[in-house]
Parts: sequence; structure tokens; C-alpha cells
Amino acid sequence: MDTTEIIVLTGGVLLTGFVVWFFFFSEREQARAESDAGGVQKIKVTVKGGYTPDVIVLKKGVPAELDFYRDEVSSCSEEVVFPDFGLSRRLPAFKTTTVRLTPEREGEFNITCGMSMLHGKLVVEA
Amino acid sequence: MNATETVTKPAAAGETFDADGEVCRVDLPITGMTCAACARRIERGLSKAEGVKSASVNFATGRASVEFLEEATDARALRKRVEELGYGVLDVNEGAAGVEDVEEQARQEERRDIARRFTVAAVLSLPVLVIAMSHGAVALFDVPWINWLQLALTAPVVIYSGAPFYRGAWAALRHRAADMNTLIATGTGAAFIYSLVATVAPQLVMTTPTGHAEGMQMSGGAMPPVYFEAASVIIALILLGRLLEARAKGRTTDAIKKLLGLRARTARLVRADGTHEDVAIKDVVPGDLILVRPGEKVPTDGVVTEGRSSVDESMLTGESLPVEKAPGDEVVGATVNRTGSFTFRATRVGRDTVLQQIVRMVEEAQGRRAPIARLADVISGYFTPVVIIVAVVTFVVWFIAAPVDVRLTSALVHAVAVLIIACPCALGLATPTAVMVGTGRGAEVGVLIRGGEALETAHKIQTVVLDKTGTITEGRPGVTDVVVADGFTEDEALRLAASVERASEHPLGEAFVRLASERGLRLSKVESFDAFAGHGVEGSAEGRRVLVGSRRLMEERGVSLDGLEWRAAELAAEAKTPVYVAFDRRAAGLFAVADTVKPESSEAIKALRTLGLEVVMLTGDNRRTAEAVARSVGIERVLAEVLPEGKADAVKALQAEGKRVAMVGDGINDAPALAQADLGIAMGTGTDVAIEAADVTLVRGSLRGVLTAIKLSRRTMRVIRQNLFWAFVYNVLGIPLAAGLFYPFTGWTLTPVFASAAMALSSVSVVTNSLRLRRVKVGKG
Repeated sequence: MDTTEIIVLTGGVLLTGFVVWFFFFSEREQARAESDAGGVQKIKVTVKGGYTPDVIVLKKGVPAELDFYRDEVSSCSEEVVFPDFGLSRRLPAFKTTTVRLTPEREGEFNITCGMSMLHGKLVVEA
Repeated sequence: MNATETVTKPAAAGETFDADGEVCRVDLPITGMTCAACARRIERGLSKAEGVKSASVNFATGRASVEFLEEATDARALRKRVEELGYGVLDVNEGAAGVEDVEEQARQEERRDIARRFTVAAVLSLPVLVIAMSHGAVALFDVPWINWLQLALTAPVVIYSGAPFYRGAWAALRHRAADMNTLIATGTGAAFIYSLVATVAPQLVMTTPTGHAEGMQMSGGAMPPVYFEAASVIIALILLGRLLEARAKGRTTDAIKKLLGLRARTARLVRADGTHEDVAIKDVVPGDLILVRPGEKVPTDGVVTEGRSSVDESMLTGESLPVEKAPGDEVVGATVNRTGSFTFRATRVGRDTVLQQIVRMVEEAQGRRAPIARLADVISGYFTPVVIIVAVVTFVVWFIAAPVDVRLTSALVHAVAVLIIACPCALGLATPTAVMVGTGRGAEVGVLIRGGEALETAHKIQTVVLDKTGTITEGRPGVTDVVVADGFTEDEALRLAASVERASEHPLGEAFVRLASERGLRLSKVESFDAFAGHGVEGSAEGRRVLVGSRRLMEERGVSLDGLEWRAAELAAEAKTPVYVAFDRRAAGLFAVADTVKPESSEAIKALRTLGLEVVMLTGDNRRTAEAVARSVGIERVLAEVLPEGKADAVKALQAEGKRVAMVGDGINDAPALAQADLGIAMGTGTDVAIEAADVTLVRGSLRGVLTAIKLSRRTMRVIRQNLFWAFVYNVLGIPLAAGLFYPFTGWTLTPVFASAAMALSSVSVVTNSLRLRRVKVGKG
């Protein structure tokens, strides 16, 4: 094994580690839904190659409205799925689509695209 | 039956209208309220309006609920009142339809955009492909600036045609996510950047001083090999794949488009002064009187007030025969009036109509995922990062294992091929596209399936429990036999009996009137009518004293029943109710009344058994009646004398036998049993489409729909399995092949260009396979 090969091997190992950390363990942007006067917690989510914010914090038992604005035409994000809520919505491009739900249980719930490649999270707190 | 308790959906925005009473109620979705004070202001304003009995406005839900007197005001005036107060009323006529159009526009724009980018990529990558394939054998390309020419041709492809992939990949990367774009962008990006460096600064990538082992021998000296074609041809092929996929995916929602296309555009309003006016459908409000002429579409849902006709409802119910409509009958928007003219009062408009309910249900159903996709979803979540890691490993292994002079290019080519061949989309599309096409196909024949989970359960069903009344039978009494005494005709006996019965409000009486009307008999005027609760009726018509009723009534009046009694006993043995008719104290005939079996029931039950399903009848009736009906339709197992509240337990008992049970019944009385069953199938009444407890709703209450639902579910599940199998096998074989894993044993390897062709084909083939479901032959629901 020559020096170049050792460099490539080391680089490969480091890159693999980085990929694992980057996609699965890195910190994500978090935001809390704001309650309005009508007692509905609301939050705006921008959909573009993922969800901004990635992590949405909701209060348990309070009706929530999540306004998804899809800022792209890429077909990857055309559907948003809440697997634990048995809920999914098609998101027309450059439009806001409101998803209404009432979280009844505490915990962390995934938000994914129709093909489960883009990820976000709902964190339901007491 | 996995209800999602955690989700509460808002009631459909819209207006309800009580056609029977004078006081009507509308629900108006209000816009523009900013605080609770606004709600109070609207509430006061509406309460003071003429004809309004009460008004309440809920700020949280944004809705006004108003009760008003029908003759004093209408929903249109109330809407105007709200607007005068400075607020808006959401147009209920805009609904799913509007969103659908917007989305369709965005899709078309996207398709045009992909087509443009593809054209540029195709035109420019063709010469690059030719140059690359020539491998220096064509003298024409043997010039020192050939790599620069390839660069010039490839750069626009990467920068313009490939832009969506790079943009998408970057956007995903910022969210720490990786999708199809990531793979394509990394793969083509690596090939392009390497080739760019090899062209601009060859000395940087020359692995040995000579480096000629695989480089093209050019007259100007050794040049490192370039892989511009791997960037440009891949982009062209994947864009082509995307284009085909977008076309095919567009067709998966054809069913909804077809349903939306049924909407009427205008309605002919009948004004209070009797004049007519054509108005746009969005201006129709509940309570409006609307005239429909032969051949026209019924513009919205309502109740016939005047006139008779037959209406073709096949587009919504799958029922091929036209349905007769008379005053008091419900008509459904989007159906087509055939023969006569009639006027009806609109009861539901916009989002509340049956058509829009169906569209909404189908849309929701198409979004509900089948549990079978769960594994695919889990895999998709890890797929792209794992593929990137596989590509890195491929690069390292080839770099170390390959001969020194070709190690960089071998490593690069194989890593790029891995990135390009991996197709997470085939995996992701496998289930949803089949569910979309399958549920859409069901909707076309009046079978509304509540999503992927219901489809998946339906194909596993072993036992079908049928509620008797209303499911196997019509659910209302009908005259099944007519026997006349000597000297009387059937028509005469029926005409007089029906005339007298018309005055009674007994359901048995309706059976006579219906049969008389079917036979085209004119009923006579009745005088001195009398009803004897539970026994019969009496009245004078055509100068004769007519008595219709039970044997006891006849005996009390001294009517001799000679010759009819034995027939009556026979009919009673068939679980029918004998009703005698006597004219002037002389027995004229005998009618048998029973809940008649629907004409298609026998055939549908036989077909269900042919599918290998056990069919069980469930009823509250006594055993004798139940068994008579069961025999006539070919059912062997009968659960009789089951109280309404015991139906769910009966289903539970069958489940305890280890069977997967489908329960078929009406959506109201049988709701607990429907919910208890693995699959609840509700027989629709035509206007109530969204039956909550049901997994499947049959728009037309026919047992054939049960057959359709089960057949369709089996076909859909087969397609899903094929899709998933193909998607898994493709990736499981394709990725190692592209990585060169088979190379040491078989010499097999794959160029990035072939990898991209395979990738483009794999997702198209999955969608195309799902589209086969559009042509499934199923019976009418």
C-alpha cells in the first residue's frame, strides 16, 4: 500500500463517519408553535429539500395548524406524511397547505415526504 | 380499522339545509375575523337581519351558524349581510377543485420545464457520447482540443439541464437530508469535476508520468481519460426518466380529474315570479329552486319538488339503469337527466355535494398509506446515506485494488455508477401509485375504499358477514305475490287496495302504492277512511267498500276467506306476510308482502363464494324468516335473532374463530359491527358518502360492490407486491453490479451511462405497472 492509497483509505473512513454523523446525528433546527387568540397553535413550515424548521414543538391536546409552504417543484416533496397520525397531504408547489391535527399523546413523531427521504419531527410536550 | 384518534378533522366547510321545515340553518365559514370582538359584531349584525331567528359565531372555528325563516330570507342574503359588515364568507364552491387545478398547473409547468432541459441535454450530450464511444479510433476526434470540445458541450448540460438536481441536493443537504437529487448531483458532479480537472490541468490527475494505459492516445501526447459523457448523458437520461414518470404519475390521478370533470357549470334558477335565469354554479345557494330539462346535468344535490323524470346516475354509482325520480326524491349533482323536466330545491352546494364528498374521500384515501409499504419506508429513510457510503467504499476498494495507472479512473467510474444506479424512487413509488390507481378505479364504479390500509385488509378477508335487511334485501316491504279470487282481476284488486292504503302511513301500505305505480294504475279517491292499528284499513272508493288487512280483521267483519286461506298459509311458510283485500265484504284477493331480496344479491353471493369466501347472514329477524331468505340467496350459515347491539359481538365471535371478517351493513345501525369487523363495508344510501365507521363505502347499495372491493383489493395488492419485489431486486442486484462486486468472478461491470438508463427505467416501470390497475375489469358497485 503506497502513501496515496493510505490517504484515500483514511479519507474514505473519515468521509463515511461524516456521512453517518451528518445525516443521522447532527443538530437540527427547532421551533415552537405559537398559540393564537383562538387557542389554536400555529406554525409556518417551508418545504424546500426538507422542512424548515426541521423540528416542530407542539403542546399536547391543543389543536394545531401547520402551514406548509412548498417552495419548489421537485417531486420529492410533493407529499407530506405524518405516519403516526395516519395523515398525509399533497402539497401543491408554491402554495400554502394547512394540515390540522390535535396531538393527543406526548412524544416524538416523524414527519416525512411521500417517499420517506426528507425528514422532520413533531415533538409533543405536555 | 385503525382509527386515528389523535387526529380531529374539521367539519367540511359548507352549508346544510333542512328541506322539511320552515326554519333553516346554514353554516357560513367567515373570513377576516381578527378577534373575538369581530365574532360578536357579526353575531349581532346577523341576529338583527330580517328573518333570522338566531345566529352564533364561533371565533375559534371561524364559522357562523344561523337559523332563519325560509320565506323571509335566504343564505344569499345572509352572506351579503356578512359582507356589508366588512367580513367575507368563504366560497363553499371553491374546494378541493380549486387546489386540484392549481396543482395541475404547477405540474404541467414542471413537465414543460423538464422537457426543455431534456431537449438541451439530449442535443448536446449526443456528440459527447459519440466522441467517448470512439475511444480514439476515429481520426476526426484525434485532436488536442477534443477534451475542451467535450467540456464546452457538457458544461451547459450540467449548469442548465442539471440545475434542478444540484439545487434539490443542496436544499436537502441544508436539512441534513439526502434524496434522489443528492445521488444524481454527487454522481454527475464527481464525473464532471474530475473531467474538468483532467482537461484544464491534466498533470493533477495523471497517476503515472506516462498515464497512457487507458487514456486516449492523441497526437498531441498523452491525455488523461475524461468522463464528460457520464455527466451529460446521465443528466439527459434521468431527465427523460423524470419526464416519463411525471406523465405516468399524472395519470394516476385521472380518476379524480374525471370526477371533477363531471361538475356542472351553470344552473337554471327558478325565480319567485316563475321566470328562469341561468347562473354560474358557484352562485347557487341551498334553498334555490332549479329547473332541469331533458339531457341536462343536475347542477347540485337537492330534492325534487315538481315533475318526473329518469336520471342516469351511473357516473357516481356505477348503476347502469336510469333511476326514476318523482317529487320528494333526492337528486344528486353531476348526474344526467334523461327523459322529463323537473324542478328541485337545492339542499347542498359546493363542497357539501355528494360529488365533492366522493372527490375528497378519494383524495384522502389516496394519501393513506398501506402497511405493506412500512418496510419500504423504513429502508427509504436510510437508503441515500447508505448508498453514499457504499459509493465511498467502492471508491476506496477500487483505488487500492486496481492497477496503479488506472486506479483513480476505475475508482471514480464505479463510485459514480453506484450513485447513479441506486433508485430510491422505485421503492417510494411502489405502494402509493398502486393505491392511488386502485382507489381511483374503485371510485369510478361507486366503490369508495378508504386508503391503502383498507385495501390491504380487504384482500385478506376470509369471511363476509352480510346484514340481511337493506343489504341482501331492499330493506322495505314489497308486494311479492298477488292471488285473486274468482271474478276479480289483479289490477282491480291492486288498484282499490292501493287507493285505500295510500291514505295510511304504514310501510306495508307503501308497498301497494309502489306496485300500483309500477304497473301504471291510476288510484281512486277514497272517502270515509279508517285505520285499525296493526290490523288493516278500510275506505270507500269507486262506490265500493274496500277492506284491506289481516285474517283477524276479515273474520271480525264476517268476510269469508274460502279458497284463499291455504294459499295464505303457504305464503306465511315462506316468511311472507299475507294481506287480504275484500270488496263489500266479499274476499277479492290476497297479497303477500315481504322484504324483497335485491335482484343482484344471489349472483353476488355466489360470486363471493367462488372467490373462496365464507358468507354469513346476520339478522335480528326470527330464524324462520332468516332461513327462508338465506335459502333463496344461497347462504348456508345464518346468525338469526341477533339484537342490534349484539351484532358487534357476533362479529367478534367470528373473529374469535380465527377468521378475518368483513361486515357489510348500513352505516348507521350497524356502525358498531362495522367498526368491530376487520373490514367495515357500508351500503351507501346515495347521499351520505362519508360514512365514518366504514373502510369501504358502496355508493349504490348493491352487494356487487362487495365483490368489486375484494377483487380490486386483491389485484392492487398483487401489483404492490410486484412493484416492491422489482424495486428491491433492482437495487439489491444493481448496486453491487455497479460497484463491480461481480467483476472478479464474471468480469461484469457497468458504465455510469448504462446505470443511469437502468435507473430511469426502473421508476417508470413501477408507475407503469401500477397504471395497469386502471383497466381492471370489475362489476358495477
